[in-house]
Amino acid sequence: MDQIAVHQDNATSRDWPVAIYRTLKDFGVAQLCYVPDAGHSKLIRLSHADADIKTTVLTTEEEGVALAAGAWLGGDRAVLLMQSSGVGNCVNMLSLMASCRFPLLTLVTMRGEWAEFNPWQIPMGKATPQAFEIMGTTVLRLDDPDEADEVISAAASLAYDGDQQVAVLISQRMIGRKKWTRETH
Amino acid sequence: MSSATGTLDRRAVVKALLAERGELLVISGLGSSSYDVFDAGEHPGNFYLWGAMGGAAMVGLGLALAQPKRPVLVITGDGEQLMGIGSLLTIATRQPGNLSIAVLDNGHFGETGMQLSHSGLGAKLEVIASGAGIPSVSDIADMAGIERLRASLQDLRGGPRLARIRISAGEVERALPPRDGTFLKNRFRSHLGFAVK
Repeated sequence: MDQIAVHQDNATSRDWPVAIYRTLKDFGVAQLCYVPDAGHSKLIRLSHADADIKTTVLTTEEEGVALAAGAWLGGDRAVLLMQSSGVGNCVNMLSLMASCRFPLLTLVTMRGEWAEFNPWQIPMGKATPQAFEIMGTTVLRLDDPDEADEVISAAASLAYDGDQQVAVLISQRMIGRKKWTRETH
Repeated sequence: MSSATGTLDRRAVVKALLAERGELLVISGLGSSSYDVFDAGEHPGNFYLWGAMGGAAMVGLGLALAQPKRPVLVITGDGEQLMGIGSLLTIATRQPGNLSIAVLDNGHFGETGMQLSHSGLGAKLEVIASGAGIPSVSDIADMAGIERLRASLQDLRGGPRLARIRISAGEVERALPPRDGTFLKNRFRSHLGFAVK
């Protein structure tokens, strides 16, 4: 690898991950699981620092779908964080949620759309909404940082109160253009 | 490489594990494991998977984290666990003391024509679990070992544990639990005191 990402310039100065965190707390989310993504890194740190949220790192995204089902069986509300490249991994496991009408709230940071540098990210990014929809998952978009609490709140109600599977796709534009630099060593 | 199938009767194993189950909550993996758990006796604290191949251990983790004061047992087959092998690493990161995984290992994909599985071709699930960071692992080939495992299931601080149980590869009669997922979900949650909305 001759290039590394050194930082990301946020397209916005607004602290939307904190808004998402507060909304999840308002809904009593007790479990958070994730496959890491830079766009989710602040929310992941907040979750790890919160003793009331059991935070689990996954080896692959569909583990989180099954975890959310088990959490609900035991009375916990769970949320799954991933990036769009992991959505295809979840397709068969979404059958579990549909068959049992388990709530699922998943927050997906998008790749392959806004100023994408890596062509390998583009096919799954383009297919992300359809990959959810073919399994019956409702897809909402979060494009404006000011709407973070409103959109996450709507999605959480639909999931936990309406027993639906809901994915919120967080626009790559909100996460910011990835900056690359030459590795110096 | 020789196949590593055992001699234990799967129905007898599961019946023994679920005897005097007390507060035990049970998740069963897709296929024969669900039939075995159902055959051992219906219970509202059973949740039978009829799909979600590879997901049984993770359903067990979510449940174990949500219900830390109840022992949770995942009963599944070698093929089902192999498909979700990464979940052993994920479970190890959380170290849920109340979670146990019993893998009924016949070294074959029993539901699909008895092809040899990776386990039958030499993979050792208990070694993989140990390498993943599961602190308590065992390789059980007799009913005395099953009895020791049964007693340990109630210890909420001894897990996570994984037991590879060497069962025979012979076919047994199917015993079909309910297939309606919403019914199974609501029955299970009602058993834990959660009202149906």
